[in-house]
Amino acid sequence: MTFWLQQTLNALQLGSIYALIALGYTMVYGILRLINFAHGDIFMAGAFLGLVGAAVLKLPLVLTMLFSMICTATLGVLIERAAYKPLRNAPRVSAVITALGIGIFLQHFVLATVGAQPRLFPLLVPLNMYNLPGGAMITSVQLLIFGVAVVLMLGLDWFVRHTLTGMAMRAISYDRSVVPLMGISVDRIISLTFAIGSGLAAVGGILFGQAYPVIDPYMGILVGWKAFVAAVVGGIGNIRGAMLGAYILGMTEIYVAAFLPSTYRDFVAFSLLLLLLVFRPTGILGRITAQKV
Amino acid sequence: MPTLRNGSFVLVLAALLVAALGVGALAADGEIVIGLNVELTGSIPVIGQSSVRGAQLAVLEINSAGGLEVGGKRYEITLVIEDNQDVAPSAAAATTKLITQNNVLAVIGPNASRNAIPAAIVANNLRTPMISPWSTAVETTVDRPYVFRAAFIDDFQGEVVATFARETLGAQTAAVLFDIASDYNKGIAEIFRERFEAAGGRVVAFESYTTGDRDFSSQLTNIRAHNPDVLFLPNYYSEVPLQVQQARRLGYTGHIVGSDSWGYEEIIALGGQFMEGLFFSAHYAPDIATPAAQRFIQAYQARYGSAPDDVAALTYDSFGLLFQAIQDAGVVDRDAVRDALARITNYEGVTGTMTFTGTGDPIKSAVFIQIKDGKFTYYDSIAP
Repeated sequence: MTFWLQQTLNALQLGSIYALIALGYTMVYGILRLINFAHGDIFMAGAFLGLVGAAVLKLPLVLTMLFSMICTATLGVLIERAAYKPLRNAPRVSAVITALGIGIFLQHFVLATVGAQPRLFPLLVPLNMYNLPGGAMITSVQLLIFGVAVVLMLGLDWFVRHTLTGMAMRAISYDRSVVPLMGISVDRIISLTFAIGSGLAAVGGILFGQAYPVIDPYMGILVGWKAFVAAVVGGIGNIRGAMLGAYILGMTEIYVAAFLPSTYRDFVAFSLLLLLLVFRPTGILGRITAQKV
Repeated sequence: MPTLRNGSFVLVLAALLVAALGVGALAADGEIVIGLNVELTGSIPVIGQSSVRGAQLAVLEINSAGGLEVGGKRYEITLVIEDNQDVAPSAAAATTKLITQNNVLAVIGPNASRNAIPAAIVANNLRTPMISPWSTAVETTVDRPYVFRAAFIDDFQGEVVATFARETLGAQTAAVLFDIASDYNKGIAEIFRERFEAAGGRVVAFESYTTGDRDFSSQLTNIRAHNPDVLFLPNYYSEVPLQVQQARRLGYTGHIVGSDSWGYEEIIALGGQFMEGLFFSAHYAPDIATPAAQRFIQAYQARYGSAPDDVAALTYDSFGLLFQAIQDAGVVDRDAVRDALARITNYEGVTGTMTFTGTGDPIKSAVFIQIKDGKFTYYDSIAP
């Protein structure tokens, strides 16, 4: 019982971080039908900008998050304007290749400016450990991660469903060609989507730094891939699906690793997820859309 | 397919040309070229950087003393550095390039066993002496007469850590968390388990992860459930601080011990308070160093402004061994140097006294270091 509770807490911690990154993949896909493969590296940039805020500017937690969110959101918008916008009507594969290129650019930019050495991410909350009934442990860092992730996810869900801008986002996702006729600037909404997705990834980066306080320029590759898989499993393009997929992936990874050697972990975890996609090809919450050719 | 045939013909011609140029060019113009194949980028860049520093110091010292005297003639040493990116195929490619294009007399490196093993296959096939400063995996030198190392082997290290855990720490139960995708970690973990159980202890958990993982909570929760007296982490310095912190955050309070892959001050910078009081096996301890080692430590400190770590000292010793072998051979020839290396006895290195008895593995002793007040402090010494 203690063991299961502890493993579930481990899974929630991992899932919360995946969720914040998966949202960026799913939002961009929902609006542009573009898989933004640079998103994992935007998450990495968010972590390094968080490090600048925390270790160089010595900001407290909330300001570090704001600082990194604003900088990373700006970065996301700049990338969209400079790299993706000119390709909006180009074949989709061009945009995907560009996204991969941007990802490699970001990794090597950080590599060149900060260096290859792994860096320590300072702890921004006092580390306390609490005994739960039954003997499992929960730390202040885990509480922070769950709290921030849940607040941001609920906030985003509300924003998309209950504001005019959110409605515009959903409209573009539904049919981009009609939206300008309603007097909505598509470019502005797309920029906003990139800003929100990148800002959430930045928070994901900082929370990652709190949970796993060693960061390096290549950290975004693996985590990015996993968050992408989470978004696909949940139903890419669907915000609630991305959150659900992230927690399912976190649970699968943790529970499989609890019983099998790590070499089997990714193998078994991803086989289960593939199996799920066989039965629900559009993901758990994704809807089936007929594509007009 | 005439084009294909032409292509392969040109390749063969090129290979012949390289081979022809190679013969006798090893010591052209009174210069001996030595290759250095190290991990300058990738997950352990500190290792590569230290290795380069140790190498440059060794070469600088010999050249400023007028070069190396071989068979009555003096030779200047030239160093060619290749980055293997900490990737096995690149490590093999770098060694190939050094031998076939740069025409080096011998190659020093790579350091990590996962890179040293593929490079060793290449060096041995091309009949060129190779010394890995830091690779401790047994496999690196097995059945490869041209491959040597300056470090002790995993068998020995797994054994001394098991002895230390059983006798010095009095542990009855132990757990291991290791990187299953890396030869070094896996080899040392398996030998530790074997020796710890042979010494009457019990290994209650033997958990693995894969290179690049950041979350070890699942495996550590398994380990925590058994509450072992000792947790052994034979892993690289960039991952160990994460593992130690996560173990402590899950409420594990027992001893944590490590292996020589911990011996980088980075580990204290990344792990901070969590690393305080922990032990690991190492090649040498700066605070009990011999006069030869003191000289090296001072020269290194003066040049680079920091204390040399294990890999810097081992790289320096690798060059020392190679220079000794070239002088013993009395001729600049790969085969003669290989034979001389295999016969070196009681070489006084920075990391201790080394003797080769026909194989590529030196006989030398290990030390235990404790992290105390944020510094590496000598604790104990264990001879073979």
